[in-house]
Amino acid sequence: MSVETENLEQLVNRRYAHGFVTDIASEGLPPGLNEDVVRAISALKQEPEFLLEWRLRAYRQWLEMTEPEWAHVHYPRIDYNSISYYSAPKSDKDRPQSLEEVDPKLLETYDKLGIPLHERARLAGVAVDAVFDSVSVATTFKKKLSEAGVIFSSFSDAVREHPALVKKYLGSVVPQRDNYFAALNSAVFSDGSFVYIPKGVRCPMELSTYFRINAANTGQFERTLIIADEGSHVSYLEGCTAPMRDENQLHAAVVELVALDDAEIKYSTVQNWYPGDENGVGGIYNFVTKRGDCRGTNSKICWTQVETGSAITWKYPSCILRGDNSVGEFYSVAVANNYQQADTGTKMIHIGRNTSSTIVSKGISAGHAQNAYRGLVRVMPQASSARNHTQCDSLLIGKDCGAHTFPYMEIRNPSARIEHEATTSKISADQMFYCRQRGISEEDAVNMIVNGFCKEVFNELPMEFAVEAQALLNVSLEGAVG
Amino acid sequence: MLKIRNLDASIGDTQILRGLSLNVNAGEVHAIMGPNGSGKSTLAQVIAGHDDYVVTGGSITFKGEDLVPLAPEARAREGIFLGFQYPVEIPGVNNAYLLKAAVNAKRKHQGLGEIDAFEFLKLAREKMTMLDMDPKFLHRGVNQGFSGGEKKRNEILQMAMLEPELAILDETDSGLDIDALKAVAGGINALRDPARAIILVTHYQRLLDYVEPDHIHVLSEGRIVRSGDKSLAHELEDKGYEWLQDIASAG
Ligand SMILES: Nc1ncnc2c1ncn2[C@@H]1O[C@H](COP(=O)(O)OP(=O)(O)O)[C@@H](O)[C@H]1O
Ligand SMILES: [Mg+2]
Repeated sequence: MSVETENLEQLVNRRYAHGFVTDIASEGLPPGLNEDVVRAISALKQEPEFLLEWRLRAYRQWLEMTEPEWAHVHYPRIDYNSISYYSAPKSDKDRPQSLEEVDPKLLETYDKLGIPLHERARLAGVAVDAVFDSVSVATTFKKKLSEAGVIFSSFSDAVREHPALVKKYLGSVVPQRDNYFAALNSAVFSDGSFVYIPKGVRCPMELSTYFRINAANTGQFERTLIIADEGSHVSYLEGCTAPMRDENQLHAAVVELVALDDAEIKYSTVQNWYPGDENGVGGIYNFVTKRGDCRGTNSKICWTQVETGSAITWKYPSCILRGDNSVGEFYSVAVANNYQQADTGTKMIHIGRNTSSTIVSKGISAGHAQNAYRGLVRVMPQASSARNHTQCDSLLIGKDCGAHTFPYMEIRNPSARIEHEATTSKISADQMFYCRQRGISEEDAVNMIVNGFCKEVFNELPMEFAVEAQALLNVSLEGAVG
Repeated sequence: MLKIRNLDASIGDTQILRGLSLNVNAGEVHAIMGPNGSGKSTLAQVIAGHDDYVVTGGSITFKGEDLVPLAPEARAREGIFLGFQYPVEIPGVNNAYLLKAAVNAKRKHQGLGEIDAFEFLKLAREKMTMLDMDPKFLHRGVNQGFSGGEKKRNEILQMAMLEPELAILDETDSGLDIDALKAVAGGINALRDPARAIILVTHYQRLLDYVEPDHIHVLSEGRIVRSGDKSLAHELEDKGYEWLQDIASAG
């Protein structure tokens, strides 16, 4: 039997096997939030008792909390009772049946991004039968991973198949009551990804939600948990460079990373949710809690993010440097165009001895957008010889946009060495003229200069991702100049 | 090829070029000399289409076409190259990347496909060897942390790759040591061709010992006050520019 037919058969079987779940799920839940809704979600997902209890605790804590107001963003009050907390994945018959039925504007963007044809269909939400290519890729990769002992599955599958691991680590990095949105997520999260890398294993490939077909519909309240056991190594790519079709306005995801002794996690994100139109109408509110715990000695966690989408982004991927000699890194490009608002940054919490952290933040504002960097470096009294280097650069395109920097430092150990550099620049007329005199169009010149500005961050992205991120940046700044 | 008639040009409220006329034919090398502030760079920028400068009178045509309404990138693609007096740094943008984008922009304009990556590198390395440039410079940020001499060589590299019909080199010789000057002069001479014109803007006659001009013009207070053959350069070297003041105020 050829590889193709084998995969095809697996696909068919899987769809049958999951038929039962699909039936229940297609009903979804009416809008509104109360304890019964939390219970219903847990029941729909056939979760063990401990998880239901965990969700309920989170819900009760959330009720007592108030929405944060300190972020440098503005939006109308969210009515949490108007949201449906369990909308089932769309059935194939409700989706567009072919690319012909998809919004041409969306397809045009895919074209500019150079997204391969078969992937365009998947991104646009075309019925999955039409997308054999990526399915077979996914299956081949799954096989290779399980040979290495790597667990890479949806969160729901992990709850069923590895409840002990989930119970041990869930909420151990981001506690339920950490913040308003984390508490909400803990109560109602729908699905997400789970990764476990066993001791001493170097994950044989970059893990990406791309290879997990069922990740496409986990949407709104996503939960990701990655555990790198002693001496292991993993690189995880989240998201997708193309604009995902999504009707949900509020996104409140939680990502927890745990790195044990000598382990390393590299987590890269390219976020390109719908930013709203040129007039600031519509768009996603992206309120995410991402935190990594360098729990073991010599462990390392590196966050790299390219944020170009969403109407509002509120996101601070952080590292808790608990283990001695642990290393935390944060590389970020955040773009805000038109009426987008981005409030993003990081927190580096130094607890262990000889811990070090690096922060490189590149903020680009265009149109009427506001872009804020908010970063905290905290050195605890016991964290001797901690080091931090922060570099925070802003690039302004046009005169109606803004960049804001809020660096917070709490240094409670005198042996710490902390460096902070910040710059704000504009694309200079001289740079533009130089490029144009070489025959390069205004638009290409801006793209080139912006990409140059972001280079240190793009260098941290896996190769193919970096290329796509560049293309994406160009698309999101379209019309920013000229 | 290039015809400038009674050109007036201003920046802000200040008029800088005052009735300047100049004729440059294919195959010729012209040198434009003159004291600091006489308008040499202004002339170069106006030909290249910098939008800080406004043409308030007269005309510029290139290959018979009116240049004034054309955007800088359109002029570049038509074959006009300006080697800048002060090449700007573009941090993080790979030098090779800019070079390739420039070559491809021109090729596209000519209806050609993009240059093959291998072909491009081979060509660039060849030109760099001629200019005695370390190939490492291809992979650094555009002019980022380059010394003055390195920036000027980089301009010549770009010119060599783009093979313009009209090259205007603004003080490309200033700040170069003798080896660099020879390398740059070699690059310019390699480009001399019956189909091509070169305008050398220079303050000193030093470069002209290596690149022999067909015509020399002296610019003062925004107009050409004298033109001649290469012997004029030596005359200027001997007398300095002071005597021009008299001509300018008299004219
Ligand atoms: N941005 C500007 N605003 C006003 N005057 C300027 C500006 N740039 C140049 N100038 C003036 O224009 C004149 C010519 O300058 P320039 O063309 O650079 O001369 P050159 O290259 O011959 O030294 C000088 O008097 C200079 O001060
Ligand atoms: Mg000058």
